[in-house]
Amino acid sequence: MSVIEMRGLRKDFTVRVSAGRLRRTKRTVAAVDGVDLAVAEGEMVGYIGPNGAGKSTTLKMLTGVLTPSAGHVSVCGLAPVPQRTKLALRIGVVFGQRSQLWWDLPLGESFALLRHIYRVPAADHASRLRRCRQLLDLDAFLDTPVRQLSLGQRMRGELTAALLHGPKVLFLDEPTIGLDVTSKQAVRSFLAELGESGDVTLVLTTHDLADIERLCSRLVVIDHGRVVHDGSIEALHERYGSRRRLVVDLREPLPPGFAVTGATLASVGADGHRVAFDLDSAEAGAVVAELVATAEIRDLALVEPDIEDVVARLYAAPLSLRHGLEQ
Amino acid sequence: MSYRASFVVETITNIGGTALDVLSVIVIFQATKFVGGFTLREAILMVSLSSCAFVLADFTVGNIDRLSTYVRAGTLDAVLVRPLGAMAQLLLMDLPVRKMLRLVLAIVTLAIGLHVNHVVWTLPRALLVVGAPVFGAVFFGAIFVFSASLAFWWVDSGQIGNAFTYGGRDFTAYPVTVYGGWFRSLFAYGLGFGFVAYQPALALLGRADPLGLPAWAGFVSPLVALVAAGAAAIVWRAGIRQYRSTGS
Amino acid sequence: MNVLGARVPTISPDQPIRVATTTFGALARSGFRRYATYRQATIAGAFTNTVFGFLRCYVLLAVAAGASGGRPAGYGTEQLATFVWVGQGLLTVVALWGWTDLSDRIRSGDVVAELLRPVHPVISYLAPDLGRAGHAAVFRFIPPVVVGLIFFDLYLPQRWQTVPLFAVSVVLAVVCSFSCRFLVNATAYWLHDARGPLIFWTLGSGVLAGLYFPLRFLPDWLAVTLWVATPMPGLLQTPLDVLIERDPPALQIGLVALQAVWAAILLTGCRTVQRRAERKLVVQGG
Repeated sequence: MSVIEMRGLRKDFTVRVSAGRLRRTKRTVAAVDGVDLAVAEGEMVGYIGPNGAGKSTTLKMLTGVLTPSAGHVSVCGLAPVPQRTKLALRIGVVFGQRSQLWWDLPLGESFALLRHIYRVPAADHASRLRRCRQLLDLDAFLDTPVRQLSLGQRMRGELTAALLHGPKVLFLDEPTIGLDVTSKQAVRSFLAELGESGDVTLVLTTHDLADIERLCSRLVVIDHGRVVHDGSIEALHERYGSRRRLVVDLREPLPPGFAVTGATLASVGADGHRVAFDLDSAEAGAVVAELVATAEIRDLALVEPDIEDVVARLYAAPLSLRHGLEQ
Repeated sequence: MSYRASFVVETITNIGGTALDVLSVIVIFQATKFVGGFTLREAILMVSLSSCAFVLADFTVGNIDRLSTYVRAGTLDAVLVRPLGAMAQLLLMDLPVRKMLRLVLAIVTLAIGLHVNHVVWTLPRALLVVGAPVFGAVFFGAIFVFSASLAFWWVDSGQIGNAFTYGGRDFTAYPVTVYGGWFRSLFAYGLGFGFVAYQPALALLGRADPLGLPAWAGFVSPLVALVAAGAAAIVWRAGIRQYRSTGS
Repeated sequence: MNVLGARVPTISPDQPIRVATTTFGALARSGFRRYATYRQATIAGAFTNTVFGFLRCYVLLAVAAGASGGRPAGYGTEQLATFVWVGQGLLTVVALWGWTDLSDRIRSGDVVAELLRPVHPVISYLAPDLGRAGHAAVFRFIPPVVVGLIFFDLYLPQRWQTVPLFAVSVVLAVVCSFSCRFLVNATAYWLHDARGPLIFWTLGSGVLAGLYFPLRFLPDWLAVTLWVATPMPGLLQTPLDVLIERDPPALQIGLVALQAVWAAILLTGCRTVQRRAERKLVVQGG
């Protein structure tokens, strides 16, 4: 049984648009346009898309803050909007840009307050808090008022706050946005360890693809309210044709007309002394062997496909093309 | 909220504020014929003088209470690096055109106050009726600046200033005879609030001061205002210096 | 047990009331502690209250001196003095003005955090506000009252039931005041900027609650209408009138009962508005 289920999920917004000088007509914009998705317990799903793709809207529908216009959605077997209070006890939510902590009080007091609000048994709360303090290094600022915390510290506090009541699903909306490198690492390791335990299902939206690479086994790409990819990262690379690149420094410029089957010449630089090949079907070794026969190699490097590139190209591609590639 | 609705709300607020001040005086006089030995008409003259001075000060110098917001948010630095004086920037930032309405109302009330008291006009009195509100405004302005400057030392002290700005206005709205003991001495003479409306009103009405000050006391307000302005300027400059040196 | 022991908590069915009280109490304490951190503002505020106490007290005493029989609208001089000083003390406890927590959070979108918690949103604001009132009851009420006792002759209650009745009346006043503030702030859900209603509220509530002058100075018909048809007099005037024993015991109790009725009406109003607002949020997005 899936812990999250979305079938034909739609959300339409009416937008007032000025048509001409004085008139204003209404237009319906589909923020989420028929999303089918099922998430099993313990999965770690990355949910990405360009700005305005419908990520936050989907998340709001999952947490019960927004009513769907059509379709079916259930989280932990509950309907999010009508059963919002019940659902609140089973999920944890972290917003990157908004805080759920009490601004003027020390961080530790927010945690204590949450214990009462979520009616967590004292022993469970204490043990979870202890674990979080250890893994996220909270002791240094547990007594500082939240408004004085740095963004990195606050985010670690928010994560803890979301987990103290032992939720089954954790929703994270841009958790690493604006964080410094150390904090990002801390958050990522924490989430990685959390995910590995298998009891918490993780749904993560982010613009930082390094988060995805570190944490998520499954990647869902959404654009214009529709899912354009749902699978592993490798599948993404495969589908959208990202290839490894072989970059070679030569002692003399490459002779013109040089070609190798199974590899495409991607770029020539430094007056012909540096060439890059995208490996389509050929192995790196075969290309190197061919090169060695023709020119003298000074240095070479093999670059793995960058998920940023893939996704950037994905965002830039026209919608029809993307849908065509889906099939 | 659309700008039009916002403007309407602000207008009503301004009218409402002044109306309430006058209303309070009237309601109080329903309960008694004399307050502190003065009649309703005389009281209206005093409250209108006080109102004019306060509103005029608020109109020109009122924006200075933004200072504490800037200090707290740490954005005063942006103001200090510009080539224009800090005070000038704060004041010019948002010309309170809406407060103009309150000023007009206050002047109208003053006119009414003068009329119902059948003031006998002489040259000194004519000068006084213009000078008292103006110098009263300078005086209140000094109080505003002083109370705003407290933010340089105590960021969250906003409320203390209120005791002297709004408190001062309330004090001057009634005859000084109403107050008693050390409180009266402190506010009316020590701090100088008595010279904003009370003494000038006595001079305009041609009444002797029940508290024993001579008749020319009504014309002392320019002196009081200038002393206050000087003191406020000193405090302000000290505050800026303090802010610069500690970096907040 | 895994890393964080994810487990759905069960709420034992035979303990719901006790659990709810603990949550309420914890939230209330958080409100108290929050305001305890605002030390400078508290001291400054108490100072200002005291200055205004002097100003208003002298004016009303002068009124009493000039009034026929020395009892304007049925108030004796000591009663007027108590009215002013206890009134200044109660101002912050009841907190008519300056509360924009809800409308700020609506505008910034942070209000969603309240929706994501398993506590009724109105309670999320009411409980901390009661905590705030508790803090004010200690640090903003006591100073002006003490100053008043030192420098003026205050009326002291003579009936044994007055002080407990006063306490109840103050609590009801805080609840009513909270509900009014909540409703005014909640207009931000529809207007995107609650400034207009807030300004109206600031102006109107001060007058109608008896801040500028005791409401009984107004003609009888007007005072009675205000009392019965609006909750405003119950915000400040009623507790004060109860304390200075202006009316016979039966009417004292009656006034407090009227407060209770208004509290019930207003809280229901808050719940309704909250439900409407949520429906709007949840259908149209924030």
